[in-house]
Amino acid sequence: MNFWDVFTASFCVFGVLFFIAGTVGLLRFPDVYCRLHALTKADNLGLGLIVIGLMPQTTDMYHMFKLLVIWMLVLFASATSCHLIARHEFRKCPVEYEGEHNDVD
Amino acid sequence: MNMIYAFLSISLLISLLVGVIRIFLGPTKADRMLAAQLFGSVGVAILLLQSAFTHNWVLMDVALFLSFLASITVIAFVKLGDVKR
Repeated sequence: MNFWDVFTASFCVFGVLFFIAGTVGLLRFPDVYCRLHALTKADNLGLGLIVIGLMPQTTDMYHMFKLLVIWMLVLFASATSCHLIARHEFRKCPVEYEGEHNDVD
Repeated sequence: MNMIYAFLSISLLISLLVGVIRIFLGPTKADRMLAAQLFGSVGVAILLLQSAFTHNWVLMDVALFLSFLASITVIAFVKLGDVKR
């Protein structure tokens, strides 16, 4: 086990910990919006850590950049889907928040 | 190193299976859709770990396509979810 294997193992273990945190948040949080928060943030951070950890294991530059492209696609897709689901829920049953908010859509 | 990859893949699978509970439990339709999103992101992570584990980099294409399809499902849910049948 050389240095890069230790690098890969530690980053992947942290990534899997973030994934487990996202699943626990999906099960334990009380609201749809909180669950969206847990799913789209913690899981993408975990996937990013796994991608960074797996990058030294690839054999050429092409696969390295492909890993980065996968992470970028997942980031954009989950940000978009988070907004779509939140807007869909908010239009169906609007939630009253404390304080002021001005985005009347 | 192979042990670590196998252990991480199995723990990701277990977290995926625990997330299935939200599909049965979720009060609204969007909660069930969120569990499907969890399938997308955890599936991508498992496929990436397996592609590094077996040095079979074709699985990376499968991961790319899975992440693409997971976003398509949400768009279909939002656009077509309220259609009366």
